[in-house]
Amino acid sequence: MQYLLMVYANESGFANLSKEQADQALGAYRAYTEALKKSGAMVASDRLQPTSTATTVRVTNGKTQILNGPYAEAKEQLGGYFLIEAPDLDAAIAWAARCPGSSHGAVEVRPIWQM
Amino acid sequence: MAPEGHPRAQEAAAKAARLSYGRLIAFLSAQTRDVAGAEDALSEAFAAALVDWPRHGVPNSPDAWLLAAARRKAIDAARRRRTAEKSAAHLRLLAEERTMMAEERGPLPDERLALMFACAHPAIEPVIRAPLILQAVLGFDAATIASAFLVAPATMGQRLSRAKAKIRLAGVPFRKPDRDEMAERLDAVLAAIYAAFTEGWSDPGGAEPSRRNLAEEAIFLARLVVEFLPEEPEALGLLALMLYSDARRFARRDASGEFAPLAEQDPALWDHRLIDEAEKLLERASASTRIGRYQLEAALQSAHVARRRLGRVDWPAIVSLYDALCALTGSPVAAINRAVALAETEGAAAGLSALEAVADDPRLKQYQPYWAARADLLARLGERAESETAYDQAIGLESDPAVRRFLQQRKARLRASPKPRRARRQPAPRA
Repeated sequence: MQYLLMVYANESGFANLSKEQADQALGAYRAYTEALKKSGAMVASDRLQPTSTATTVRVTNGKTQILNGPYAEAKEQLGGYFLIEAPDLDAAIAWAARCPGSSHGAVEVRPIWQM
Repeated sequence: MAPEGHPRAQEAAAKAARLSYGRLIAFLSAQTRDVAGAEDALSEAFAAALVDWPRHGVPNSPDAWLLAAARRKAIDAARRRRTAEKSAAHLRLLAEERTMMAEERGPLPDERLALMFACAHPAIEPVIRAPLILQAVLGFDAATIASAFLVAPATMGQRLSRAKAKIRLAGVPFRKPDRDEMAERLDAVLAAIYAAFTEGWSDPGGAEPSRRNLAEEAIFLARLVVEFLPEEPEALGLLALMLYSDARRFARRDASGEFAPLAEQDPALWDHRLIDEAEKLLERASASTRIGRYQLEAALQSAHVARRRLGRVDWPAIVSLYDALCALTGSPVAAINRAVALAETEGAAAGLSALEAVADDPRLKQYQPYWAARADLLARLGERAESETAYDQAIGLESDPAVRRFLQQRKARLRASPKPRRARRQPAPRA
């Protein structure tokens, strides 16, 4: 099965890190990404620009509304994702727990809709 | 072969069908993770079995009979809607033919434990875990489960469907948990088994075979868990607890069918084989030193049935076991029972003040045993008027006619007794 691990964290927290701390945090993500690749679980992964760059679009009665900002304002924001291959939910949860994001924020695990 | 419609034949068929049903749901869904699909596939076959088996006897291999019937029903259904683009249940059943071939060579692997652990997975909403196990493994319908858990049937049905959809779509695995996850997940499994038992236990007259089977099947499920997990003390404790209770099944009514409270039961009516087995299980559990709710409750039963050898109940042991249970669970029900036991060791006044210490809990206002205990302790203290009021409340809350009659007799005895044995008691100190 494929699961999307969505990493939610407080992005201002990351912005406030010292250069050394930021390097360490990014190093942890790099190592995690490598581990996913080596074990054959990685399908895709990306880091997102902060929510200050987000634009939300909604079409109502044929009229396109464009709003500055993310879909939902929350304490923690979607900062990136990992699309992984895992045999079952427990395996996906194990990968979510290894993700550095689950230690400084939260990781939502969602199964991909099988067509 | 029993004649058609013979209650015993029907009961045997229903029991065999239900045992098979759980095994087949577990077997089919362990491969597809689709509990609802397995239920759909088997429901008609199950209904057919309940018509056919009382008439023709239970087949040699109930599992094979039900699987074959389910396959026939699925093929019929597919023929009826030939144009229907795709039928997931049908395709799934066809895929099962392979495994049915294997089945003909030997018994199905028993996946019920794996199914129970899938239902008790932490990704499943906690309140629905126990109902889900009851439905998936024992085949309870949503209405029965709803009444056992005091939830509206429609709500229960929706919650069960949602949980089954989550197991399937999120890929919840069917397997025995690892050591570090065991305690939490086992707890949910044991809670469900005990819930099934207590529902079956609530039919002391044995008037409803389906309910009596429920207690038996809960014991069966606990045996299954113990067989797979022989080192888990709480699983051993729960099985022991249920066996102690079951051993007293027929002693709960006296010869004339009237309610007999535990302390007044005739030990000759207890099933000593079951009690001996329970004692051994409890001893095995104590080897682990990991104490828990079920072991404590089993130990309480053990102290009660010690009467068969000692000729008296070990009340001091019971008080200290309830102390431990109260500390562990904070349950107001345990606190009531502790107060009753305390009345035996330290007198009715001590019991009553312990009871009044928990009286503020709003859950107790509608709890019959609280009022019955209060009435009894007040009666012993000679507080006739207050005792009568408490008896009335207990009688009004009781749904079992035999217990209601018992309470009414106790109340009538108050009037018969000549005079209060004691002067009005001092107000009980708050504990």
